[in-house]
Amino acid sequence: MEPFDSVVAEHGAAVLRFCRSRLRQADADDAWSETFIAAMRAYPDLRPDSNVRAWLFTIAHHKTIDLLRRTTRTPDPVDHRTHDRAGADGIPEPGDAVLRAALDALTQKQRDAVVLHHIAGLPYAEVGSIIGSSEAAARRSAADGLAALRSTYGRTLTERDH
Amino acid sequence: MSADLTTDPTTDLLAIPGASEAHLEMLRARLATTAERDGLLDVAYRSIDSPLGSLLLAATPAGLVRVAFEREDHDAVLASLAEIVSPRVLRAPQRTDAVARQLDEYFGGARRTFDVAVDLQLVHGFRRDVIEQLRRITYGTTQSYAAIAAATGHPRAVRAVGSACAHNPVPVVVPCHRVVRSDGSIGQYLGGTDAKEALLALEAAA
Repeated sequence: MEPFDSVVAEHGAAVLRFCRSRLRQADADDAWSETFIAAMRAYPDLRPDSNVRAWLFTIAHHKTIDLLRRTTRTPDPVDHRTHDRAGADGIPEPGDAVLRAALDALTQKQRDAVVLHHIAGLPYAEVGSIIGSSEAAARRSAADGLAALRSTYGRTLTERDH
Repeated sequence: MSADLTTDPTTDLLAIPGASEAHLEMLRARLATTAERDGLLDVAYRSIDSPLGSLLLAATPAGLVRVAFEREDHDAVLASLAEIVSPRVLRAPQRTDAVARQLDEYFGGARRTFDVAVDLQLVHGFRRDVIEQLRRITYGTTQSYAAIAAATGHPRAVRAVGSACAHNPVPVVVPCHRVVRSDGSIGQYLGGTDAKEALLALEAAA
């Protein structure tokens, strides 16, 4: 298992960008900190064959949702892109437990594909290489995952079509 | 904002402002502080400049666990600490502030003994007995491998003493450089014989 410091060095910037895509800066910093503390706590128990990047983004995803729920502030238009803000990036803003349960109901590949593409914003080619699928299979997993989430929520999710 | 940012999510993420190196460094420092407070920082490390080149200092909550020379490859040493001690490793200078300062004084000729807690969890059995013995060799003096072997109660274990010195996890602070061959020649050193000569010269001059 590599030193946790290497995990921070390798993924810290990407996780921060992800947090900032959904939260204003101070909240994004908090989400980043909470993500890496939670990850550091769990790190020794992580299975050796785990996909560290996907695991981190899954934690970051949960932490950003926690922070969105804790803060009633609306996203600052100066700090943020105006498209695809919280709620419009493939996952709506239900309670974390509901979302977690819905995500947990997906297969591992569907969950990874949805989180990495729609949440972390990685292109399907990269998602595929991370989860060990072809680009086309990753796209299909994400589509299947979204379809399952859609039926769970019974509402329309915004598809980001790349 | 502009439409082209929506075409590629990677571009979108990269375009989010303010994720500077300096800001990330600040967040990493804050992470180390929080991890320390929460009892998660199993191994804190830093590197310092010294007359012997860059030295890696790593400490557990129990004390200094590793001093490594550049030629040992600091990344490899950290990887090994992650395997053997704990993967919860972060760059966090505070924990090794005292030893860093004392090393600075030592290399400047202003310090003869180190007053820091040392964690010897990386050495066991006979090698640990040897390391404990090394800590008793006074600044500016040397002892032979044979004398150390005798002091541990295993007078014929001269080669094993040499091996224990070569695997000293905390060189300089635990002075394996003060052990030389019975014929007066300098013997091997983890940091290279040049480093060993430099340390002995430093102590002889002070």
